[in-house]
Amino acid sequence: MLLLTIFSGLIVFLMAFGLYQRSRPILATKPLNELLFFSSWHPLRGEFGFFPFIMGSLWVTGVAVAIAIPLSLLTAIYLSEYAHRTIREWTKPLIDLLAGIPSVVYGVWAVLVIVPLIKDNIAPLFNRFSTGYSVLAGGVVLAIMIFPIIIHVSLEVFRSVPYEVREASLALGATKWQTVKYIVMRKALPGVVAAIVLGLSRAFGETMAVLMVAGNVAKVPSSVLDPAYPLPALIANNYGEMLSVPLYDSALLLASLVLLLVVLFFNIISRIVLTRVERRIQ
Amino acid sequence: MDFKTHISVQNLNVFYGIEQALKNINVNIPEKKITAIIGPSGCGKTTLLKSFNRLIDSIDEIKVSGKVLVDGENIFNPKVEVTNIRKKMGLLSQKPYPLPMSIYDNVAYGPRIHGIKDKKKLNKIVDHYIKESSLWDEVKDKLHTPASKLSVGQQQRLCLARGLAVEPEIILGDEPTSALDPKSSQRIEQRFLELKKQYTIVIVTHILRQAKRLADYVIFLYLGELIEHGPAGDIFNNPKEEMTKEYIKGIIS
Amino acid sequence: MIAATLIILSSLVLILTTIVIKGLPAINLAMITQTPKGGYYLGKEGGILNAIVGSLYLAGGATFLAVLISLPVVLYLNVYAKKNSRLITFTRFSFDVLWGVPSIVFGAFGFTIMLFFGLRASLLGGIIAVSLLILPIMSRTMDEIIRMVPEELLDSSYALGATRFETALKVVVRQALPGILTAVLIAFGRGIGDAASVIFTAGFTDSIPYSLLRPAATLPLAIFFQLGTPFPEVQERAYASALILTVIILIISIVARILTKKFTKHIVK
Repeated sequence: MLLLTIFSGLIVFLMAFGLYQRSRPILATKPLNELLFFSSWHPLRGEFGFFPFIMGSLWVTGVAVAIAIPLSLLTAIYLSEYAHRTIREWTKPLIDLLAGIPSVVYGVWAVLVIVPLIKDNIAPLFNRFSTGYSVLAGGVVLAIMIFPIIIHVSLEVFRSVPYEVREASLALGATKWQTVKYIVMRKALPGVVAAIVLGLSRAFGETMAVLMVAGNVAKVPSSVLDPAYPLPALIANNYGEMLSVPLYDSALLLASLVLLLVVLFFNIISRIVLTRVERRIQ
Repeated sequence: MDFKTHISVQNLNVFYGIEQALKNINVNIPEKKITAIIGPSGCGKTTLLKSFNRLIDSIDEIKVSGKVLVDGENIFNPKVEVTNIRKKMGLLSQKPYPLPMSIYDNVAYGPRIHGIKDKKKLNKIVDHYIKESSLWDEVKDKLHTPASKLSVGQQQRLCLARGLAVEPEIILGDEPTSALDPKSSQRIEQRFLELKKQYTIVIVTHILRQAKRLADYVIFLYLGELIEHGPAGDIFNNPKEEMTKEYIKGIIS
Repeated sequence: MIAATLIILSSLVLILTTIVIKGLPAINLAMITQTPKGGYYLGKEGGILNAIVGSLYLAGGATFLAVLISLPVVLYLNVYAKKNSRLITFTRFSFDVLWGVPSIVFGAFGFTIMLFFGLRASLLGGIIAVSLLILPIMSRTMDEIIRMVPEELLDSSYALGATRFETALKVVVRQALPGILTAVLIAFGRGIGDAASVIFTAGFTDSIPYSLLRPAATLPLAIFFQLGTPFPEVQERAYASALILTVIILIISIVARILTKKFTKHIVK
């Protein structure tokens, strides 16, 4: 049993190591800055510039986070500080249900609802043409996918603020909103930021739903109505050709490694902050 | 004892769901005197105290009937602005809970909420009330450090300063010294004896000796019911009710 | 603020209604009892039995494998290891961190393992990748449950002369059984719905898998591939698959919630 436990703790390292091993071929042939900052992606010619995909990921994640932060925080504040207990008890499970819906199902829905919405309603509003498969579509569906985690973690963080501090503020004649703004948010800030970072990292790594609606064109997007090709989508889309083109598999596994490292970085920092918050409840 | 009534409780009933915490309380709290609410644990003392500044509002499933008049106005009237009522009262809790900010900001929080922005004015207010709570000497050099670094006794005096800074008329104390060491407790008690010249003070305490030291007027609650109330001398020396006698003697506690 | 909450809740309603509206008309007996005919991209007839069975086999196998690892590890953490040891904190932390790793990375890593062992895209490959994916969820949930077993219970077992192994098996597991089942259920739900981890590793096929070394179809991939075809009949199958998958997940979530409620009711502290 001890061995199994040690093994489980090491899985993360094993994964990073394994992916690194398989990425070595391409790292050996191409300088790192070319891989990261060049825009030319032509595997058949041996050109592997990841820049458009990195930017694609950043654009889509950025939109998702921009939409998700206000909606999630306001909802978390409402549920924690204002809502009646019954409302809270019924809403929390519903939000968790949102978290359980598989990524492909989100994708199907987004293709049916969001993409036409953008193509027919939103783009014309700005006098632009868009196929609907765009950064915006990816961003919107990702935002919905990360609502639950941001809300769930934020609620835990708010719970860790002792109610007596709120009482002290109210006793001085402050309104509920003033108490939330100056007292609760102050104490909860690190935890809330950690919640947002967890959401961000989830959005960054999400594959299927974005794959289905983001457009998958290997160009750096110049607006939210342009298509994008986020990193996970790249990896998923090309598994078929991977083994037939030299260095292709190595390149894609390198992309996976990069994804892993970025997500690990964000997650580790968030978790450390949240452990401190948890300790406060005790 | 002749006195002007500051708070008048009339037919107050408080329910937590189906449990009745306060049963038909009728009593008048005198102005500019120290009133002590005494009684065994869990008999409604804190509920009564917290109904004065309507902090019980945030409790789930709470039902209140009856009136509490402060300066003649019923604070439970739905049209009343709760924040105004709370401004008239300062609360000192059992365990001090400093706000997550510096010492200065803690005291300045109340005045800032109520619209005072002028830095000079705020400085004066902070200085004055920290001195009033006899905390000045210990913190004068570190006003902008976090309040959480103070000792418990210092934090409680800070909470006192914080509560006084909104210039209330009434000070409410919920077992204000029970978390403190004897020396700090003594300091708080001394402050109360000084402060009663300007403020009406109501404290909840389960330490009979403290009530004897401080109170001018005493209210005895048992299981949510008002058993007896009157001037301190009368209650401690000539209690009329059987239960009061037994509590004073220390038989029920 | 209330508006924000309503927006979020309405998106849930919107998604579910769309899936039901599109999926329900496509569901019929043939859909769930037949495999597709004529190639999985182009076959206009038949149903999605291959995906249904494939998913069940795969998620089932992965869950089984994950339990084989999770249960001993969690029991070790809670019964054997010294309290607050570095190992415990480290393992719990690494599970938390693993929980956030994107499923495609698990797929990619599963792929590297397959290459290492010379495996081809198959049911087994998918099982390995998905079991790694669901390991953190299962372990963390189980861990939370087993932590709730009171110390005194363990102590009384030791006092009666039981070894740690006996205590772990007979006392802890029995006490925590509903909770353990919930953890398994939740992990199964996560595993059956994931596409990115199986895209490299499980392959896809029209037939029901009859061996671990053959490729397997899964509901999520079925949805993905079929939606991408230009044929409305095939797209219909995608909607039906989406509905079936969603219904499976919903049922699992509700059952898990009921089990958790029942379990925590008995914890008296």
